[in-house]
Amino acid sequence: MAIVVADADEAVSGIADGSTVLIGGFGPAGQPVELVDALIRSGVKDLTVVNNNAGNGRVGLAALLANGQVRKIICSFPRQADSYVFDELYRAGKVELEVVPQGNLAERMRAAGAGIGAFFCPTGVGTPLSEGKECRAINGRDYVLEYPIKGDVALIKAYRADTLGNLVYRKTARNFGPVMATAAKITVVQVSEIVAPGGIDPEVVVTPGIFVDRIVQIAGISPLAELGAAG
Amino acid sequence: MITRPSFDVTRPLGRDDLARLVAADIPPDSYVNLGIGQPTRVADFLDRDSGVILHTENGMLGVGPRASGEDIDSDLINAGKIPVTETPGASYFHHADSFAMMRGGHLDVCVLGAFQVSFDGDLANWHTGASDAIPAVGGAMDLAIGAKQVFVLMTLFSNDGLPKLVPKCTYPLTGVACVSRVYTDYAVLLLTDHGVVVRETYGISRDDLAERLKITFQDA
Repeated sequence: MAIVVADADEAVSGIADGSTVLIGGFGPAGQPVELVDALIRSGVKDLTVVNNNAGNGRVGLAALLANGQVRKIICSFPRQADSYVFDELYRAGKVELEVVPQGNLAERMRAAGAGIGAFFCPTGVGTPLSEGKECRAINGRDYVLEYPIKGDVALIKAYRADTLGNLVYRKTARNFGPVMATAAKITVVQVSEIVAPGGIDPEVVVTPGIFVDRIVQIAGISPLAELGAAG
Repeated sequence: MITRPSFDVTRPLGRDDLARLVAADIPPDSYVNLGIGQPTRVADFLDRDSGVILHTENGMLGVGPRASGEDIDSDLINAGKIPVTETPGASYFHHADSFAMMRGGHLDVCVLGAFQVSFDGDLANWHTGASDAIPAVGGAMDLAIGAKQVFVLMTLFSNDGLPKLVPKCTYPLTGVACVSRVYTDYAVLLLTDHGVVVRETYGISRDDLAERLKITFQDA
């Protein structure tokens, strides 16, 4: 059952060193910056982070990287105009990188959340990203075997929650949020607004509350709104 | 009825003309994804009445023009992370659904840039293979194998004059045998089951083009 917590620090409490943390967002849109800031304050380390990118500027995920708390990052597009924090750590050998095609990143988490053991996917066949993986021809087409990515924790951002954890998102800030919410043992959501049950039309709920564990209301504009980068 | 724009065939196409040419070739009422960078310019030349619906892999159908001024909303961006607008009838969805639209064969056309394309349609557009380069694939591999038709929009020759349409790609592949057409400054080339067909050339003769690419073109 989802619970509403007082602040971002309480929302990320109890995350163990060495955890796999799914962090929502596509570049700045949907990135749960305040939860990531709280993760930095918690001092948790040796994390494996799953995100589409590898941080923008010096805030949010980039700040978590800069603080030396990330051992490995699994993402589709690390290199951006303002990913200099990651670039420097990667070139110095201080962070491990697994590059995953963006759709595989999403589907591997979807599989984790849906209880799928592995799946055959056509993406990446014949490319360096399928090297060493099992391939199989099915009905005349080649596929690569891909395994789920399961998180210990997911940190995501939605627009509105009710106190039962039902979520709606806002525009393209939705991106990985609904998939990540299903794929972690503990899903933590920051929202702009929390309403009573019934305050969200059941027909428009995107993430049902069964996938949500902790909700925190964070008001205000994210500093990432000022950032953006091609890629 | 789509009428193809007419261009001066005695000189290579400029960037805008190339984007205009691709836009005119996109079938009406199709679902289309435009890659980051040069392919995004195709949107500027799509006829408002074409019925084409633009997809962006970060979870939207019905992408409108680039946002400016008060319309800029940090929650509404395209795959290039550029603020955009929504058109009437737009929809939002999560990443797994967005990529199901590609892999599941629902997207009609995607337009991608390329470092190299091989004669039989292999695409290399994500990594130069340089040892100090940070690999970044994004949605390119999913798009390459997912869309029903993959158009490549690129210059035909690299800055040092080497052909980018090659017998076999030397850069790491994005997808195998996935490109159906190549739009370049010098020619539009159709990659068919029986070989490369020249649809038209700009500023070069068919024979000179064959010589520079070291290829024998097939008849349509």
